[in-house]
Amino acid sequence: MLVTGPAAASAAHPAAVRLDHASFGYAGRPFTEGVTLTIAPGEVVALLGPNGSGKSTLVRGLLGLNDHVAGRVEVLGTPLASLADRSRLGYVPQRHTLSASVRSTVREVIATGQLAGRPWWRRSTAADRATVVRAAETVGLADRLDADVATLSGGQQRRVLIARALAARPEVLIMDEPTAGVDAANQDVLAAVLRRLAGMGVTMLVVTHELAALRGIVDRIIEMDAGHVAFDGTPRQYAEHRAAISRAADAGHGDHHGYDHHGYDHEDGSEGGLLSGAGPMDGPVEEATP
Amino acid sequence: MLEILTYDFMRYALLAALLVGAVAPLVGIFLVQRRLSLIGDGLGHVALAGVAVGLLMDGQPIVTALIAAVLAGVAVEVIRARGRTSGDIALAVMFYGGIAAGVVIINRVDGSQSSNLTGYLFGAITTTSPGDLVVFAVLSLVIVAVTVVLRQRLFLAAGDEEYARASGLPVMALNITLSVLTAVTVVVSMRVVGLLLISALMIVPNAAAQQVARSFRSATLWAVLFGVLSSVGGVITSFYADTAAGGTIVLLAIALFLVVAAVGALIAALTARRHRIAERHPHEHGPDCGHEAVPHGDHVDYLHGGHRHAPHGAHYDEHADPTTYSGSSDPADQEQVTR
Repeated sequence: MLVTGPAAASAAHPAAVRLDHASFGYAGRPFTEGVTLTIAPGEVVALLGPNGSGKSTLVRGLLGLNDHVAGRVEVLGTPLASLADRSRLGYVPQRHTLSASVRSTVREVIATGQLAGRPWWRRSTAADRATVVRAAETVGLADRLDADVATLSGGQQRRVLIARALAARPEVLIMDEPTAGVDAANQDVLAAVLRRLAGMGVTMLVVTHELAALRGIVDRIIEMDAGHVAFDGTPRQYAEHRAAISRAADAGHGDHHGYDHHGYDHEDGSEGGLLSGAGPMDGPVEEATP
Repeated sequence: MLEILTYDFMRYALLAALLVGAVAPLVGIFLVQRRLSLIGDGLGHVALAGVAVGLLMDGQPIVTALIAAVLAGVAVEVIRARGRTSGDIALAVMFYGGIAAGVVIINRVDGSQSSNLTGYLFGAITTTSPGDLVVFAVLSLVIVAVTVVLRQRLFLAAGDEEYARASGLPVMALNITLSVLTAVTVVVSMRVVGLLLISALMIVPNAAAQQVARSFRSATLWAVLFGVLSSVGGVITSFYADTAAGGTIVLLAIALFLVVAAVGALIAALTARRHRIAERHPHEHGPDCGHEAVPHGDHVDYLHGGHRHAPHGAHYDEHADPTTYSGSSDPADQEQVTR
């Protein structure tokens, strides 16, 4: 259970995220068991797991949206509770669309990413506004800065949310299902954006169901189940791990998990043979959430 | 000099209308964003209880109304933050308890033919005194200052509360600020449009502004313009047509909204005929997509297989080069395509 990642932090750089028997939950009740793991700066980690496995609880705990119940949590070398500048942790929420109750431009939405980084009485500087433009460039939306976000496609809106997180110049990006519900063309663009960010050395923790969309970007896969870490290793090791499970299932046990494979990666035809060609790689098996 | 300006009470009324017309939509846009369009009504109901207490004590009804509305505004946010299903019922009890207590107390004080009661419920703008005007001006100034300074934060907290919280903003404090701003707006507006019509002046100009604006910033400015037009226009109309000012203001705001919406629909229908959607293609154009980018007016076209594709919402439009397409030769037509 306590598998250390392939790229453990060196002593010189504090780990991006370090959990030591940490549990998170709601109203003081833990929903994850003591989780111990370290994410090194620059690592791109996919966090998998069925609904209720505790992956969202873990991620929301890091973001301060859930309670940190027990254990030690350090973000960028600072204990979570005393992390004064939360914008060092960028958050890309899972959202199919942005709120469309009022008009707002891509530029206006991205700029809100910088609000927490400056006191309330201070206006944005020219440098801040240039950062907004750069964030839009990074996600390939520089030509849409003054478009109404409600007119953009779901995948484009997802990229607006990534740019909003980037506008705060975060050191770690936490993304919740960035590719869910996005069509294939936009998924490619999203993957290109994530690859670009990985190339820039941004540490990323990506909660996902769709490993296929992140092929070649992810350095490490962590799978959670029932509140604890069930797997932690490289994509290749994960492929072998999944292959071993399906071999065991084929060898007489039948489908003892009762997993439902329908509804997975329906936009992506190449369900089998991903990554290393070692079997169904559509990540965690669980009911597709509508 | 215009006849309307020769009367002191009309000058005060116009000034009060100007303040309210500008301030109410400024706060209202965040209520529209949070889908809490009717919260102003609820706070208005509670403010009536405050007015009644003020009349009972022979004191300042504006001050007691302000206290009651602000307390109710804070309570609304505290109840909402607890997120219980019973919260909705708690709000209903508070709002209807407020207006019922207000009616009962005012009738006890003034008798059942109280002109005070109708004045507060439906507005009595021509009774605005210079003293009231000073109070309203100060309160309006506070509202404008707070909304301008906190504009982006209120926008984020109303639009994406979870992200605002994750990025470390004090979301609860911002929500309470908005609620208190709403309460103060209710009190400033109650003499002009009345407690039962306040929500209309906060919401309807914003509904019209959403039809014409393309950004949050421009929507705010349009809403203030529409608000001022309907409040000042309503007071002038009511003076000459001898109608109730509060109701006239709200009817004018609704008429403005209908006209703006109709014109918008007409323009959309006209441009839809000229607007050619490019063939469905899975490729997404962008600055580094490999297709040549051609600046075209206020946007960028991408040269794709001899066609010029312009991003429009989630699809692409064909933007013709006048030389390639013989169908229309007027360059103005080409520009229209983007709209």
